[in-house]
Amino acid sequence: MPSKIQIPIFCESDVLATVQKCQSLLIQIEMPIDEATLALTAVSEVSRNILNHATSGEVILSIVKEDSLSGLSVVAQDSGPGISDIEKSMADGYSTGKGLGLGLSVAKESMDEFEIESVLGQGTIVRMRKWVP
Amino acid sequence: MFVPILKLGFCLIVTAQSDLTDTEWKQLQFTLLEKVASTHARNVILDMTGVNILDSFAGRMINDIAQMIHLGGAETIIVGIQPEVAWTLVQLGLRLKNVITLLDLEEGIELASRQGSANSLALFTKKANNAF
Repeated sequence: MPSKIQIPIFCESDVLATVQKCQSLLIQIEMPIDEATLALTAVSEVSRNILNHATSGEVILSIVKEDSLSGLSVVAQDSGPGISDIEKSMADGYSTGKGLGLGLSVAKESMDEFEIESVLGQGTIVRMRKWVP
Repeated sequence: MFVPILKLGFCLIVTAQSDLTDTEWKQLQFTLLEKVASTHARNVILDMTGVNILDSFAGRMINDIAQMIHLGGAETIIVGIQPEVAWTLVQLGLRLKNVITLLDLEEGIELASRQGSANSLALFTKKANNAF
């Protein structure tokens, strides 16, 4: 089982595939099912964001170890239009697209670490981590 | 993934057997609304036993479906939400509106049979009983 998986996101089935591959990594690090479901929800949100806002990009899933902790690292990057107001986009209920406007805030809530970088016209990178409790 | 829609009396039973893509959710929404209109269904039972991930898009689709079904004169009963999915929904503050939620399909059918579809379901069971 590889500990790093890189998945290009071009269509909707890639979103589901990413979630499924992430699931196998979470099983590998023995993440409890409730925490795992939260992490999978976050992965689903960020991969869908790529599809909806940038049309293509990639998600890199990997297992990370620090001291005695193991966890899941998710990097979602695209070369889309970028986010003009990150703070606003993180607020509950803010949406430019088709969801509940909760996507990014859901992802942030679900994970232990969350970072987002975006440059207008160049793209967006979301880095998230979740540790096995 | 093909999502079967079964008709039982005035009740439609929809079983999502795995996680659905966005397009599949939209297709389900469309076919379900058509089916509610063409069958004059009173209740729609959405069985979510096979769904492991409910993110904000899926949450929105369920809310939209329930609202549209309500406008079409029927009610939505959601059954089989997995414990970890319920946990995620609460953790993330995602709310399902306009729906009744019950533990499993059996309870859903029981409620549906007590409600508007009672007559036709009773007829169905009677027929089924007579057959044996």
